[in-house]
Amino acid sequence: MYYNRDMTHISRDDVQRLAQLSSLQLADDEADRLQVDIQNILKYIEQLSLLDTAGVEPTYQVSGLQNVWRDDSVIDYGVTREQLLALAPQQADSHVKVPQVL
Amino acid sequence: MVKISDFKGSSAIANVTAAIKKAKENDAYHALLSLTEERALARAAAVERGEITGKLAGVPFVVKDNFLAFGAPTTAASKMLEHFNAPLQATAVERLEQEGAICIGKANLDAFAHGGSSENSAFGPTKNAYDQTRVAGGSSGGSAVVTALDIVPFALGTDTGGSIRQPASFNGVYGVKPTYGTVSRYGVVAMASSTDTIGTFATNAQDAALIMQIMAGQDANDMTTLPDFFTPSEVEPGKKIGIIKEFMTNDVDDEVRTQVNAYIHTMRAAGHAVEEVSLPMIGHSLAMYYIIVPAEISSNLARYDGVRYGRRAEDIQTLAQLYGKSRDEGFVTENKRRIMIGSYVLSSGFFDAYYLQAQKARTLLIEEFNKLFETYDVLVGPVSPTPAFKIGENTTDPVKMYLADIMTVAASLAGLPALSVPAGNTPAGLPVGVQLIGQQKSDAQLLALAGSLEEN
Repeated sequence: MYYNRDMTHISRDDVQRLAQLSSLQLADDEADRLQVDIQNILKYIEQLSLLDTAGVEPTYQVSGLQNVWRDDSVIDYGVTREQLLALAPQQADSHVKVPQVL
Repeated sequence: MVKISDFKGSSAIANVTAAIKKAKENDAYHALLSLTEERALARAAAVERGEITGKLAGVPFVVKDNFLAFGAPTTAASKMLEHFNAPLQATAVERLEQEGAICIGKANLDAFAHGGSSENSAFGPTKNAYDQTRVAGGSSGGSAVVTALDIVPFALGTDTGGSIRQPASFNGVYGVKPTYGTVSRYGVVAMASSTDTIGTFATNAQDAALIMQIMAGQDANDMTTLPDFFTPSEVEPGKKIGIIKEFMTNDVDDEVRTQVNAYIHTMRAAGHAVEEVSLPMIGHSLAMYYIIVPAEISSNLARYDGVRYGRRAEDIQTLAQLYGKSRDEGFVTENKRRIMIGSYVLSSGFFDAYYLQAQKARTLLIEEFNKLFETYDVLVGPVSPTPAFKIGENTTDPVKMYLADIMTVAASLAGLPALSVPAGNTPAGLPVGVQLIGQQKSDAQLLALAGSLEEN
C-alpha cells in the first residue's frame, strides 16, 4: 500500500484507494467529506503512538474461552434452502442469479 | 414507570393492544421502525388460550431492529437491509418468547449500530423522550425511548461501545451491558465481534435482572457464549466502590457531576465505602476503540455484497460495480467512514502502528482494571460527559460525536459488565445516568446494588 508517508495526512488518492479496498464506489462529494473526516479521526487515534507498549502482549479477545468444540454433525437451523434463496435479489433454477460481470 | 409486574394477571390481548396504541400515539418520537402487530396479537391470543405460558406470559417488549425477528423486516436502520425478512429469530428473542413475552415492534438505531445519537439511521433520527429537539442517544436510541415513554416495560439493545448505556442515560432508564459472552449473539447483525454484547433497557433493576437471566447462557449457535453464571443476587453491605477520577474532571458538565455526586452520596449513606481511584489508561480508551472497532467492522460488513441478500444496485456492468454501487447505496456515510478507517488500520504498513498498538494498549487498560478489582467491588462514574445534546449539534464533526462514547468504551474493550442507572435530572429536566462497572461475571451483583439504592 502506498499511502502518503505522513500518517495523518490523507490525500484524495488515499481516499480512493481506501474506497477500493473497502468495495465502496463513492460519489465525489462524499469522498471529499470522508477525506477530511478520516484525516481528523487519524489525528485523534494517533495519540496511541506515544504509549510505550514494549513487551506487552496484544489482547484479541476478553472472555478467555479457547477451542470451543462441538460435535461434527449437521445442525438443523430450521431454515430451508428455499427460504435462503428467496432472500437473494434475483434467483433462477435454485441458484442465486447475478448480472454478467465478466 | 411501568414494571413487568404491572402486566401480570391482565389480558395479554389488552396488554399488546394498549402497547401498540401507545406506540402509534407516540409516532412523533420516531422510536420504532415497524410494528409486528399481527404476529403480536396472534401470540397474545395464544397466551389467553393457555398455549403459551412462562415468566413473561403476555408481557409486551420491543427489540432493536438489528435483532432478527419475525413479523417485520430486520433493517438495521439501513437501506442495505430495508426489505430483509429474517428466516430465523435471534436466540435472545427466542428465549424471551419461550417465557411468553410478546415482541410488538422494532426500534430505530444508528444504521448498523454505528453511532451515538440514532441520527445515522437511514430512516431519520429518534427524538429524546424528555425533549424532542434533542437526540435519543445511540445507537440503541429507539429502544431507550420506548422504555422511557412507558410503551413497553423493557426493550432489547446491543452495546458495542456504549450503545445501551448512553441512550439509557439520555432517557432516564436502566441500561444493562453485560459481561462479554453473557448472551448469545446468534441472529443479531454483527458489528465488532470482540466487543458486541446484547442487553436490555428496563425501568428498574429487578426487571432488568429478570430479563438478563432469561437471555443469558450458552448457545450452541454462538461459540463465544459463556456457561450461565447469571443468578440474581442480594447486595452485601459495605461494598468498596471506586470513583473513576478521570471521569470527574472539568471536561464533564457540572450538572452531570452534580447528579453523579448525589448518587455517590446515596451509596455512602447506604453504608458503602466510596473513594477516588485512578485508571490512567482510560484516557486512551477511545483511541483504542476507534481503531479496533472499525477494523472489526470492515471485516464484518464485507458480507454485504449485493449478491445473496440485501440491496443490489441496478445497471451493473462489472463485479466491482456490483459490490461498490450496492454498498454505496446501502450504507450511510458513518458506515463507510468506519469501514474505510478499518481498511486503513489493517492495511500492511499500518497494521503494527495502529491495530497491534491498540490491542497492546487494550492489555494495559485491562491490567489497570484488574488491579483495581483486587481492592474494589464496583467502579462508578458518569455514562456520558453531557446530557442529551441537540439534534444536528454533532453531525458535522465525527470526532466530536465519538467523544460522546468516551466514558463507555473502556468497559467494552475489557469485556466488563456496566450499567447505566438513572441518577435524576438536570435543572433543565434532562436525565443523567450514573455508570456502575464491575468485574467480569459480576452482572447480577451490580444490578442488586443498583436495586438496593433505588428507594433511597
